[in-house]
Amino acid sequence: MKMKTILAAGAMSVAAIAANNAHAGAALDGIKAKGFVQCGVNTGLPGFSAANAEGKWEGLDVDVCRAVAAALLGDAEKVQYTPMTAAQRFTALQSGEIDILSRNTTWTLTRDAKLGLTFGGVNYYDGQGFLVPKALGVSHATELDGATVCVEPGTTTELNLADYFRAKGMSFEPVVIENINETTAAFFAGRCDVYTTDASGLASVRQTMAPNPDDYVILPEIISKEPLGPAVAQGDDQWADLVRWSLMAMVEAEELGVNSGNVDDMKKSENPAIQRLLGVSPGMGEALGVDEEWAYRIIKQVGNYGESYKSNVTAKLGLERGLNALWTDGGLQYAIPVR
Amino acid sequence: MANSLKLPPGPVGSVGQRSVIWVRKNLFNSWLNSILTLLAIAFVLWIVPPIIEWAFVNSTFTPTIEACRAVSGACWGFVNANLRLILFGVYPFDQQWRPLLAMIVLGGIIVASLAGVKYPRMQKLIIPMWVIGIPVIAILMWGGVLGLTYVQNSAWGGLPLTLILSTIGIVFAFPLGLLLALGRQSNMPAIKTLSVVYIEVIRGVPLITVLFMASVMFPLFLPDGVSIDKLLRAQIGIILFTAAYLAEVFRGGLQAVPRGQFEAGDSLGLSYWQSMRLIILPQALRLVIPPTVNSFISMFKDTTLVVIIGLFDLLGAVKLALRSDPAWTRYYVEGYVFAAAIFFLICYSMGRYSAYLEKELRKGERR
Repeated sequence: MKMKTILAAGAMSVAAIAANNAHAGAALDGIKAKGFVQCGVNTGLPGFSAANAEGKWEGLDVDVCRAVAAALLGDAEKVQYTPMTAAQRFTALQSGEIDILSRNTTWTLTRDAKLGLTFGGVNYYDGQGFLVPKALGVSHATELDGATVCVEPGTTTELNLADYFRAKGMSFEPVVIENINETTAAFFAGRCDVYTTDASGLASVRQTMAPNPDDYVILPEIISKEPLGPAVAQGDDQWADLVRWSLMAMVEAEELGVNSGNVDDMKKSENPAIQRLLGVSPGMGEALGVDEEWAYRIIKQVGNYGESYKSNVTAKLGLERGLNALWTDGGLQYAIPVR
Repeated sequence: MANSLKLPPGPVGSVGQRSVIWVRKNLFNSWLNSILTLLAIAFVLWIVPPIIEWAFVNSTFTPTIEACRAVSGACWGFVNANLRLILFGVYPFDQQWRPLLAMIVLGGIIVASLAGVKYPRMQKLIIPMWVIGIPVIAILMWGGVLGLTYVQNSAWGGLPLTLILSTIGIVFAFPLGLLLALGRQSNMPAIKTLSVVYIEVIRGVPLITVLFMASVMFPLFLPDGVSIDKLLRAQIGIILFTAAYLAEVFRGGLQAVPRGQFEAGDSLGLSYWQSMRLIILPQALRLVIPPTVNSFISMFKDTTLVVIIGLFDLLGAVKLALRSDPAWTRYYVEGYVFAAAIFFLICYSMGRYSAYLEKELRKGERR
């Protein structure tokens, strides 16, 4: 009897959460009232979200939150950060502890549909790859039959690795080590032939941990798709829209050649797309529920997507644009029209 | 030499002779011991010089990556360059005097409270000091009043966080543990059962599970908009956890007090609380000083587990600093050595104080 009461109470509170989340537009007003955006970030992933020597959060993921704050509150600095572990992140979003989750989170069907999240686009296309010493004489992942592979446990990385080798009918011997520092140390000490993680991670490990980066090579095969993007709790479309279009505005600005340096001059541009983006011809801000200068402030205070990428990902990890180049340059970043 | 000639002849010769005798008697008194001594000397010679060379000779304190790459030894420059990030976490840079001041206040109160053993006049001040001190520390850390800018506690970190979590943990877990230990000894079945169940359940799960439940599961059961702060949840988890262990320590002390002491209290007509306060607890607690301090030390180190729920204690802040720039990542040994040194300093002080306390309180017995 007692058990039933507890269960019923539990079910009711879950239902209450679902019901409360359904107030459209509540998030926007709530955030305006409290005066800052609460942003869930990684506890430390250079280039994406990491604290600098002064304890200030920086990175590509951090810039998404800053862009939203610039659009809604007029100031990119009006963000409070909550560092999140992988296990905490979805609960924190569902329980309303954070407003946005911008923590290198892979967009998948189950997360979108089942976990009660809404993704706001993709700010980084990643995928799992392999790092090998040049001395191994391997140029393709298909030649890795029988290799020993260093991998961190409990990640999708480990599962993808097993899937890939099984699909190719190859065998491998995993060397499973809990801690990233020790995993990479083991790899560079020659305890395994191959190190596998997301391509962005491989590049930074090669750049920063290798005794001589030129002795190591990242194989061209990418064995998984990891589209990373910001997410919000499901049920408040206006808030989700603002996050999505803040990200889009950064990409659109890069497509149109608008950056933080020239944005003031660009206001005088004759190009109707630029006029719409910067609010010279009004309507976009009103549709989103913010003022017309929203995108102008994002570009002025945070920069366009290319600037953010360059000052974070390229500067910290030495990674080129690759898949994250604009579609016009052969990449996948493609802004949905702002009109 | 002239002096030594004047010494009366006896079993003791010069210092040199005496040490030779000592060495022979203690280190080379059998084949086995001789071999062990030589092995120990070889081990020290093998392990110590490289460590000294690494840490002091071939090392650099210059806070740049370039300087670190140029040396073969330790890169203390990593700690030097990121000192404030390691010590204060992501607390706003220009406001870091506040956690510094808060730490000084906290340290002052702790030292003054501990000195109470030696200076009885201090004892009356202990409770008022904490009652005033904790709000002062809270105001310094949070701000939002007196012209201090508000700082969310998701931005707290580093040494202040470690000290706050463990000090508040100890201050609240101690009385709770005491109540639980008394409850377990109680004659009232309801209170006894409650205490036993609580202690056994909490002792049956690892701290990491308690923290995880507090940070991941608990928020789901709260109505929307009501969110109990992450730090507070962790703090409560630590208090509840430590209290269960302390309760068992105290129970050991209570059981060691002779039955006659309880009866003496009863025959004097003292109430339960009076006899506990005046007769039983002073004896019981004194008996369990070593295991109590043991629990404190282990709890102090356990606060590092909050890193799994995204709070940056001292150790977490070192990790944060390692990731602040990928170029620093390879100098993790230096970062961890620095954190270990601070932890050792604090834990060792706790151990020394416990030894001192035992000696002070035994003075009555040695009379």
